[in-house]
Amino acid sequence: MSKKIVSMNINGKKVEEAVESRTLLVHFLREKMNLTGAHIGCETSHCGACTVDIDGESVKSCTCFAVQCEGSDIITVEGLAQGGVLHAVQEGFYQEHGLQCGFCTPGMLTRAYRFLQDNPNPTEDEIRVGMSGNLCRCTGYQNIVKAVQYAANKLREDAQKPVTA
Amino acid sequence: MIPPSFDYHCPTSISEAISLLSKFGGEAKILAGGHSLLPMMKLRFAEPANLIDINKIPELRGIKEEGGLIKIGAMTTENQILFSELLQKKLPLLPEAAKLIADPQVRNRGTIGGDIAHGDPANDHPAIAMALDATFVLHGPGGQRKVKAVDFFQGTYMTDMAEDEIMVSIEIAPFAPKTGYAYHKLKRKTGDWATAAAAVVIQMSGSRVSHVAIGLTNVAPTALRATAAEQLMIGQEISPALMDKVAESVRSICDPAEDLRGDAEYKTAMAGEMTRRAIAAAIAHC
Amino acid sequence: MNAPDRKAALQGMGDSRLRKEDARFIQGKGNYVDDIKLPGMVHMDIVRSPLAHARIKKINKEKALAIPGVIAVLTADDLKPLKLHWMPTLAGDVAAVLADEKVHFQMQEVAVVLADDRYIAADGVEAVEVEYEELPVVIDPFKALEKDAPVLREDLAGKTEGAHGQRYHHNHIFTWDAGDKEATDAAFKSAPVTVTEKLLYPRVHPCPLETCGAVASFDPVRGELTTYMTSQAPHVVRTVVSMLSGIPESKVRIVSPDIGGGFGNKVGVYPGYVCAIVSSIVLGRPVKWVEDRIENLSSTAFARDYHMTGELAATTDGKILGLRTHVIADHGAFDACADPTKFPAGLFHICSGSYDIPAAHCTVEGVYTNKAPGGVAYRCSFRVTEAVYLIERMVDVLAQKLNMDKAEIRRKNFIRKEQFPYTSAFGFEYDSGDYHTALEKVLDAVDYKSLRAEQAAKRADPNSPTLMGIGLVTFTEVVGAGPTKMCDILGMGMFDSCEIRVHPTGSAIARMGTITQGQGHQTTYAQIIATELGIPSEVIQVEEGDTSTAPYGLGTYGSRSTPVAGAAIAMAARKIHAKAKKLAAHLLEVGENDLEWEIDRFKVKGSSDKFKTMSDIAWAAYNKPPAGMEPGLEAVHYYDPPNFTYPFGIYLCVVDIDKGTGETKIRRFYALDDCGTRINPMIIEGQIHGGLTEGFAVAMGQLLSFDAQGNIQGNTLMDYFLPTAVETPHWETDFTVTPSPHHPIGAKGVAESPHVGSIPTFTSAMVDAFAHLGVTHLEMPHTAYRIWKELKAHGLTH
Repeated sequence: MSKKIVSMNINGKKVEEAVESRTLLVHFLREKMNLTGAHIGCETSHCGACTVDIDGESVKSCTCFAVQCEGSDIITVEGLAQGGVLHAVQEGFYQEHGLQCGFCTPGMLTRAYRFLQDNPNPTEDEIRVGMSGNLCRCTGYQNIVKAVQYAANKLREDAQKPVTA
Repeated sequence: MIPPSFDYHCPTSISEAISLLSKFGGEAKILAGGHSLLPMMKLRFAEPANLIDINKIPELRGIKEEGGLIKIGAMTTENQILFSELLQKKLPLLPEAAKLIADPQVRNRGTIGGDIAHGDPANDHPAIAMALDATFVLHGPGGQRKVKAVDFFQGTYMTDMAEDEIMVSIEIAPFAPKTGYAYHKLKRKTGDWATAAAAVVIQMSGSRVSHVAIGLTNVAPTALRATAAEQLMIGQEISPALMDKVAESVRSICDPAEDLRGDAEYKTAMAGEMTRRAIAAAIAHC
Repeated sequence: MNAPDRKAALQGMGDSRLRKEDARFIQGKGNYVDDIKLPGMVHMDIVRSPLAHARIKKINKEKALAIPGVIAVLTADDLKPLKLHWMPTLAGDVAAVLADEKVHFQMQEVAVVLADDRYIAADGVEAVEVEYEELPVVIDPFKALEKDAPVLREDLAGKTEGAHGQRYHHNHIFTWDAGDKEATDAAFKSAPVTVTEKLLYPRVHPCPLETCGAVASFDPVRGELTTYMTSQAPHVVRTVVSMLSGIPESKVRIVSPDIGGGFGNKVGVYPGYVCAIVSSIVLGRPVKWVEDRIENLSSTAFARDYHMTGELAATTDGKILGLRTHVIADHGAFDACADPTKFPAGLFHICSGSYDIPAAHCTVEGVYTNKAPGGVAYRCSFRVTEAVYLIERMVDVLAQKLNMDKAEIRRKNFIRKEQFPYTSAFGFEYDSGDYHTALEKVLDAVDYKSLRAEQAAKRADPNSPTLMGIGLVTFTEVVGAGPTKMCDILGMGMFDSCEIRVHPTGSAIARMGTITQGQGHQTTYAQIIATELGIPSEVIQVEEGDTSTAPYGLGTYGSRSTPVAGAAIAMAARKIHAKAKKLAAHLLEVGENDLEWEIDRFKVKGSSDKFKTMSDIAWAAYNKPPAGMEPGLEAVHYYDPPNFTYPFGIYLCVVDIDKGTGETKIRRFYALDDCGTRINPMIIEGQIHGGLTEGFAVAMGQLLSFDAQGNIQGNTLMDYFLPTAVETPHWETDFTVTPSPHHPIGAKGVAESPHVGSIPTFTSAMVDAFAHLGVTHLEMPHTAYRIWKELKAHGLTH
C-alpha cells in the first residue's frame, strides 16, 4: 500500500501527512491528528456522530477518504470555540441540557454550527429536519431543538451588537 | 468498517477519467458522492482495485439553461439541486424531491448522476427522471451519446451505460407554465429508501388532463414509468373512479422485492397510494 | 447573604442546575474507550460465524498471518490451555469465548486477529478461512422444546440440573415461578369473568450510540492488568477478571471512562473483552478492541424476546380477582442474562402492577435457540418492561371485554394510597404511591372526556381519513436492586457505596461504586452532598468508574444509582455531618444540643451571629480537632437497601393512523412520573425524554428478526429503527412527588420508567384505534406495514 501525501487546513491550521488511499477522514482526524471529538457510531453512514464541516458543508467524515480532502478547509468540534470563548452552539447545548452521554454531541455541534450559518432564523420543524442526519439515543432531541434555538437567538443578538473599536 | 486497499486516481478532465476507466476495465469504480460506494466498501461488499474520483472535473458540475433545456451536471449534489433557484423556478419537482432523499449531510455529497448511474431501483432520481422525460448524456471512448431515461434502466444494477462510460449531465425540458408536480415517498424514517414512491408531472387543459407522467420508485427491479396508467388519464377529468383505475393500473405493473419494509402486497398497494397522493398534490399546482 | 440566597448558592437538591460534566463533551474532549491510545498498542478484530449452527471443521490462519502487520490469530484452541475458551455468565451458565468446535449463533466469535492497526486487523479478519459443516437451526423457542428438536448445547449433554433447578429438555434452561399457584387457580376457577391474551415482546436491542470496546493493558514488569472498558459494572468485572485470569484483584484495575450510553448493553462481559485481555497478557502490550455497529446489534446483549400468555380473572364489574401468566423466554444460545442470581426472570413478578390483586402466579421457562445471548437489557429494570407490558395490556383486554373505560377499570383496581406500604401477591413490598391523584392529574391535563368524544365522532364518520386511538398506562415499576439478602450478581451483594472527603479549604471529592453513562451523576450526586453538607455542588468533585479509587459497587443499570448509591451518598454525608456538629460545638464552646443546622452552617440556637459554616469546620478538622477526635473530615458508607423502590407513572398517548398507508402520527404523549424526591428536575426531564424516545422506537419500529436459517435481519442502522429528530414526537412531562419512606432522601430513581411505561402506552393507543372493530391486541412493532395489514383485514383500506 503506497501512501499519498495529503494536505488540508484543520481548524485554521495547515496539516500535511502521509495516508493510505483508503484511510477514512474520520480515522485521519481521530488517529493521526488526535482530534477525537468526531465519533464513530455506525458503519453505514446513518448516525452522524462523525459529522465535521468541509469547505462550508456538513459532511459525515466516515464516508469520505482523507485523500478526497486535499486542499480543503475542515472545522471539527475542537475548532468551534475561538480564543477560549465557546461558540453559541456549544453554549446553547450546555444551557438547554442538549446532551447526556455526549457521544453524539460533537457531530450535533458541528452540524448545528453549519445549519445556523445557512438558516439563521429557523422554525422548530426546520431545526428537526436540519438535524435529521444526527442520531441521539439519550435526549429524545427535544432539548437539542431548544439548544439550537438558544444558539440562533444568541448569534442574532451578537450580530446586532455594535462592534467595539 | 474498514474498506479494503485500492489505488486512488483523481482525474481533472472527462477524457482523463474515460481513459482511466478503459485502462482498468472492470477493476475500477467511479467515486462520485461516495455515499453508496463507501458503505459497500466498508462492509467489503465491493472491493474495487481502483477508485476514479470524479469530484475534481469541472465539466461535470453546474446547473444551467441552454438551448431551451435545463442541463444539470452529473456531479450536482442533492443540496445543490434543493437550493437551486433555477430549478425551483423551472423544474421544481427536483428540489421538492431532493428534500426527501437521504439526510442533510448526505445531500452535500450524494449526486444526481451517482443516484442514477448505478441502476439501483431503490434510488429516487431514476423514476423522477422518467417522469420528467429526461435525457442522460454519456461520454465514453467513442465520444458522447444521449440516452432517454425511459430507455436507460435494464434491470437491477444494470443500465445502458457501458463500463467505460461516465454520465456527464442530465438534460430536461423546463416546465411549461402551470405544470403540476409532486413526489410522494413513503418511507420508514428519514434517510430510508422508499417503501414505494411516485413522481407525477401533470398538465391540465381546462378540467381535463392533457399530459401526465408517472414514475415509480422501488417497486420493481428498475424504476418504472406507468404508461398504461397515464393513458387512462389523458383527456379525462379527475374523479375518484378514475383514481381507482389509475391506482389499479399502477399496482398491476409492480413487482417489488420483499424486505423488512414490507411484502409485495403492501409495497404494491403503496405504489398505488403514493400515486394517488402525488396526483392530488400535483394538481394543486396546475 | 440571607438564607434563601445561601440555599440557592449551594445549587443542591431540587435545583435544575446545569451539568458539571458538559464542559468536556461540548468541546470534543470526552474520554471514551476508542479515544484511548497507549504506547505500543495493537488492535484486535474478530472473525465471526456466518452460520447460526454449525460444526467448525477447520480454521486456516495462514493467509491472515502472511499479511504484513498481522501479529497473531487466536482461536479457542489457543485459549484452551488457559481454560478461557469458555467463561461463566452472569446467569449461572457458560458461554463460549471463542467458538469451541461449533458455532451456536450467526455472528458468534470464532477467532481474533491482532495487528498493528485496525485497518490491517480488518484485512486479517477477511483472510482467515473457516470451514463449517452446517447443522439444523432452531430459532423458534416453542419448536426448540419439541421432543426431537436439534441439540444446541452439546456441552450440557446429560446435565439435568441447571443453575436454576431442573432442566427437563436439552434446550430447556430453567423453569421459575412466583406467587401462589393454588390460590390463583382457585380464583380463576370461580371467577365469573376471565380473559386471556398472547403477548409477544419481540427481540430488540439497546443500541447505544457508542458500541462496546476495551483497551486491555497488561504490564509484564509490574504484573498488573489495567483495562479501560465500556462497562456499567467495573468492580464486578474486576472481580470476575481476577478470578478468570488468576491475577490478584489488587493488581487488576478496570476503568470505565466516559461511556457513550449503556442502556444495559454494557453490563455483561463479552468475548471481545476477554480476548483483548488475554491477548494483552500474552503479548505484554496494550490491545484495543472496538466493535462495529453490526457486531453490536448482532452479538451483544439483546433485550426482551418474551412470549407471554396473560390471564386475568375478575368480577362482572371489573374487580380483578387473579392474575396468571406463563412465559417462554428465548435466551439465545447461552444464558447470559444479566439478572441477580436468584432471579432468572429478573423482577418479572412485579407484573401485578399498580393493582390490588389478591391472587397471582407467574411461570417463566427459559429456552435455548440459535441466537445471540442476552435478554435483560435496554432500560428494562430486570424484565420490568415485560412485566408492565403484560399487566397493562391485560387490564386493557379486561376493560374491553367488560366494555369499561380504561381509566375507570384502573381506578377501580388501583392500590389505594392508604394501603402503602403494600405487599403484593408476589411478595414485593411497595414503598409508597398515590395512583389515584396522579391519574386524575393526567386525565384533566389532556381533557380525556373531549378526546373520547372526538374519537366517537371519528368512528362514526366513514370518511375519516384516520383512526384515532387513546392509550393509557398506569405503571408501577421496581428498581434499586437491591437488598443483599435477595440480590447478588455472581455472589456480590447488590449494595452500593460512597466515600466523601472534605478538604481543608471546604471543597470536597466523592467517589461512588456506580458509573454514569449520561445520567448526570457528576452533577446530581454533588447536589445531594451539597444539600447534606452545605458545600456548593460546584466545588464537589464526583468520580466514578476507576476500580483503583472508587469504593466497591455493583454499577449502574436497573435505575439503581439514585436508590442505592444515592442513599450511600446521603449516609456518608450524614456521618460527616455528625462529626462536623461535634467540631462546631467544640469551636463554639457549646453543647451539641445547643446547635441547629441551617443550610450551610451550625448556629447556636437563639443567636444570629454565633455560627460555624461547613467551610470553617473543614479547616478546623485539619488543625483543631478536640481531644479524642481524629483529624480529617471524611466518611465512607456501604448501603444495603432495605427494599427496592417503586417509582410509578401515568402515561397517555393519542395516535392518528393514516388509513391509506398504515403510518401513525403520535399526536400527543403526556407523561406523568413520580420518582419521589427530585434531585435535578432538568436532568429528570431529559431522562424522561430519552426513555420515551427509546420506547417510541421499540413500540413503533424496532425488531431483530431471524429467517429460517438463523440469519439475523435488520441488524444495521438502515433497518434498525433509530428515530431522528423528524420522527420523534414532542413529549409533555409532568410529575407528582411521593417520596420513598425507606430511602434517606426519599428518592426512587427514574431513568427507566419512561421506557418501561411508554411502550405499552403506544400499544394501548394502537389497539384502542381498532378496538371498536373487536381488536384486542396488536403485536409490536407497530410499523406502517403491519398496521396496514390490519386495516386491510378490516376493509378499511382502498
